[in-house]
Amino acid sequence: MGAGDVYGQAISHGVASGMGGIRAAGDLVARMQITRGMRLPQAKQYVADKLGVSVMDLSDPVVMLDVRKERGLGAALESGEITGIDEPIGLEAKFHIAELLGVPINSVERFRRITAPRA
Amino acid sequence: MDTAFPTRMGDGSLTRLTRTEIEAEIRDGVAAAVKRAKVEPLGEDAIGHLIDIFSSRSRFSAVDIGDEVVLSYDGCGSQDMGTRINDLQYYEQYLCADSVEMYHHDYSFKPVKTVIDFEQTVMRQAQFLITAPCGYGAMPDLGRYTVPDGPIANWSQLLPMGRIDEARAAQEEAVEMAVEDIVFVAAGMVEAGIDFIDLDTSGAAGDADFLAALKAVERIRARFPDLGIQIGMASEFVLGMHGELEYDGVRLAGLWPREQMKLAAKAGVTIFGPAINVNTGKSVAWNVARTLTIAKPCCDEATVPVHLNGGMGVGGVPMHILPPGDATSRASRAAVDILQLDGL
Repeated sequence: MGAGDVYGQAISHGVASGMGGIRAAGDLVARMQITRGMRLPQAKQYVADKLGVSVMDLSDPVVMLDVRKERGLGAALESGEITGIDEPIGLEAKFHIAELLGVPINSVERFRRITAPRA
Repeated sequence: MDTAFPTRMGDGSLTRLTRTEIEAEIRDGVAAAVKRAKVEPLGEDAIGHLIDIFSSRSRFSAVDIGDEVVLSYDGCGSQDMGTRINDLQYYEQYLCADSVEMYHHDYSFKPVKTVIDFEQTVMRQAQFLITAPCGYGAMPDLGRYTVPDGPIANWSQLLPMGRIDEARAAQEEAVEMAVEDIVFVAAGMVEAGIDFIDLDTSGAAGDADFLAALKAVERIRARFPDLGIQIGMASEFVLGMHGELEYDGVRLAGLWPREQMKLAAKAGVTIFGPAINVNTGKSVAWNVARTLTIAKPCCDEATVPVHLNGGMGVGGVPMHILPPGDATSRASRAAVDILQLDGL
């Protein structure tokens, strides 16, 4: 969507038709579109199968919070009330996401490369 | 007597229309698209659904539970508060964006090339913190290569003087420069960890601008097979500033979204974003009907995900700096319901 007024665009579209990002499974479905060019039904089914949930569950924050926590996929922070200090976020979570979805994530690959032991 | 429903004009101003008037607006918007873009009209079911969406006093409208789509953004945040990384965090944490996009405030590949080291550093830090797919976006912006901003003769000055051959040669030269810059920036940002590159507002300077985007995508795809690549269009119709440029044997001037999408997919994008312009003198219902009629063949025949541009002045969203949520939400819902979109 376009840049500009956040309320009139990002928030309105988000509430009207968005999957909910890391609050649900929107980021995971987005990864399959971005990385593999999968159209929406195919991408949703792929992610649902990998997670062992229904396609309907992918936009449900109640279902997805437990799934994300169990699999270490990261979630909203909310001062540690949603995602605790012992749970992965950011790059930490992307290691689990790459393994779950079976797709390379550039920042994960970069981290592995740059932290590899040097001769 | 028919009830008058509060609704919007394409400039965002409030107006009131009866259900009968809304239906007339929608049918007229469909007819305008059919005439202009030479596409099939929407079916009666779709028209009926649009009438229902707009014949409502509700402050907000939304898709059915389970029908949600992926949302992507042409640059996240206003860069007014905190840092650009904070902008990405706000979008991920508070707006629940499905992907986020960092951008330089000049938002063109040419100026970014000169500050690529700084952009890489910020992106590297962002990748530590962001969980959602995080990419980088800018415009091909071919006009930047012309005098007085660049080294190439200005075709906007040459064309009115009738110096057609020189204007065309200048555009062809600019294409090659733009492609080099786009590929340079994309490669630099891949080193910093991006998940995708967004060539936004492609075609803004016409067919040569779109050609630069397509040629750049082709080279980026060959070099980075797993990188997400997105093309977002500048407008519904590729202007023929050159007029004779082709990609894969297809003349670019005059292409509408379906043909734009096919070439973008051929070049190697993983997401295509059509942009349908808004007429500020017509109602939002008229504009949404026209948008969906033009975009439908693109969505029906898509081989890659389609994220319809739905921002200020495109995709049925009013051309106002503060688009009203009642209008945006109706445009959003209508597009998802009728086009079976992959995203917005």
